[in-house]
Amino acid sequence: MSIFVDENTKVIVQGLTGGQGRFHGLRNRDYGTKVVGGVTPGKGGTDVDGIPVFNTVAEAVAATGATASFVVVPPKFAADAIIEAAQGGITFIVSITEGIPAHDEARVYNRLVEEFPGVRLLGPNCPGIISPGKCNIGITSGDIALAGGPVGIVSRSGTLTYQALHELSQQGIGQTTCVGIGGDPVPGTNFIDCLAAFEADPETKAVMMIGEIGGSEEERAAEWIKAHMTKPVVAYVAGVTAPAGRKMGHAGAIISGSKGTAQAKMAALREAGVHVCLNPTEAGEKMVEIVRAL
Amino acid sequence: MDLFEYQGKQYFSRFDIPVSPGGVADTVEEALRVAARVGFPVVVKAQVKVGGRGKAGGVKLAATEDEVRTHAGAILGLDIKGHVVKRLWVEHASDIEKEYYASFTLDRPNKVHLGMLSAQGGVEIEVVAEENPDAIAMLQIDPLVGLDVATARRWVAEAGLDEAARAQAAELLVKLYTCYVEGDCDLAEVNPLILTPDGRVHALDAKVTLDENAAFRHPEWEEYRATETEDPREKMAKEKGLNYIGLDGTVGIIANGAGLAMSTLDVVNQVGGSAANFLDIGGGANADVMAAALEVINTDPKVKSIFVNIFGGITRVDEVAKGVVEALSRVTISAPIVLRLDGTNAVEGRAILEAHLNDRLLTEPTMLDAARRAVAFANQ
Repeated sequence: MSIFVDENTKVIVQGLTGGQGRFHGLRNRDYGTKVVGGVTPGKGGTDVDGIPVFNTVAEAVAATGATASFVVVPPKFAADAIIEAAQGGITFIVSITEGIPAHDEARVYNRLVEEFPGVRLLGPNCPGIISPGKCNIGITSGDIALAGGPVGIVSRSGTLTYQALHELSQQGIGQTTCVGIGGDPVPGTNFIDCLAAFEADPETKAVMMIGEIGGSEEERAAEWIKAHMTKPVVAYVAGVTAPAGRKMGHAGAIISGSKGTAQAKMAALREAGVHVCLNPTEAGEKMVEIVRAL
Repeated sequence: MDLFEYQGKQYFSRFDIPVSPGGVADTVEEALRVAARVGFPVVVKAQVKVGGRGKAGGVKLAATEDEVRTHAGAILGLDIKGHVVKRLWVEHASDIEKEYYASFTLDRPNKVHLGMLSAQGGVEIEVVAEENPDAIAMLQIDPLVGLDVATARRWVAEAGLDEAARAQAAELLVKLYTCYVEGDCDLAEVNPLILTPDGRVHALDAKVTLDENAAFRHPEWEEYRATETEDPREKMAKEKGLNYIGLDGTVGIIANGAGLAMSTLDVVNQVGGSAANFLDIGGGANADVMAAALEVINTDPKVKSIFVNIFGGITRVDEVAKGVVEALSRVTISAPIVLRLDGTNAVEGRAILEAHLNDRLLTEPTMLDAARRAVAFANQ
């Protein structure tokens, strides 16, 4: 099984007629994802390589029965697009946009929680989600993933997600689902959401978790793991050598004072019984060892 | 983007938050003119984006023209923790009855806004938080609800602000919250917020960090950008769309994606080296961006080797390879380059590089191997 999406998930792409939306939307379809429509205001009635385009999310949902949306729009339109998806009846929203103002993210997050409790937002600023062989929503290259499980991956970083997939696939270890939660300060979906879903998924036997400096999500995840997780978890936290007070690329990746360091996160995870590794390769090797011993 | 104190106060003024009358001065003469305009006594304050100005001699009280001349002359050009003072803020000195602390920032774990208010201001809030956490009244604010005056009134009472300050402080806090939200601040902090003997409340300092992601709706931020004192290489990198942070080591790093770039720094460190920089070429980088990245690193004399770590996703490895070839044809790269190339079009990328490989430009199959090789070059 997979988490959050599966082979039946119907997806619309908000921004399908744009350069990026077209590129990734079509790549997702080519992978086998059921991309059933696109949304661009004013372009309803047209199509992108056979995929029908609608003016609004509500129209697209009514016509296609889609439950998921891939939001590929510039930062200044992203907040409205996410809310439109929720209002239009979408229950799983993937936002890859980088550079959304933090105040917009805070407003969107709280509106979803208060007005649309059944809706899950993945991202913003994330690579998306891939359940190998079933569904790929986002920008992950499908050929680095391997179907069949038994590993679930959850990661705050885009390229390190690919690295993690690569480390496992190369060794013949497949993945149930790989979720990129994104590197922004207010992620819609966090580590715990994914860990809980993997814990509940019978096909996922072990979880690889990729964290990075900044915030306290890894520490919170460690507490949750200690209390609830029965499956083995391998973790890698990027940024051991990152200097304090500098944003390391991601808006959320910043060490302020003594808070948010990789060392503190690794210590918390270790304390929770997680196998903490010092680089992605070591994490991959550890996971291979765990899976082979299952 | 961090603002200087004077910019923070000007930003506060846009939102009607009371500050002391003052002005900017780049010379002793200008300082004298501002002092004459706002009235003696004045405070002459160094404008640097670093804490501990007072202790370093960057904040002085001046009661006369002569004192302004002496202090302004001494502070201009002063080196405070590596920041050379080029600009002063001169303001009318306030009599202080009480000093408080107030700030708004994002509460990341709870995904709401967080107001912090304390009757113990004028000292570092981290110290107060450590020694006497009960002295800080925390207020979580739902971004959809905001902060109203009634809530602010309860909050100032809870924080134990003096009766005489409460009504004005509550009003000021609502304005500060408006500044924080409408002004797209990551941080809006007043330390100290003061009560004067004649019963007025106003901001004596201003610490504002703006969220650069919101720059598209704030054309007025352009003037702040002009005064940003950046490392010249960081500036050059930004102009080319690269995310670069200068560090102290000897291995130049180029990677795609912030996480992989951070991880590359870590791995270099693990195998006994140290990174000269963090450089993320971003997603979907083309040959031109890659060439620019190599050129930026090439200007750093500390760099003894360059480690290019690419995992192609949206970024295509053949484009990266073309960029390397392009850069080599444009400029002489002084340090040896070690590449690790995987992901989208890696085979094509390696083929493009094949003809150019030599003992100063080589590839390694994995991130760890490449790190070891780059570190060996740097430590030679």
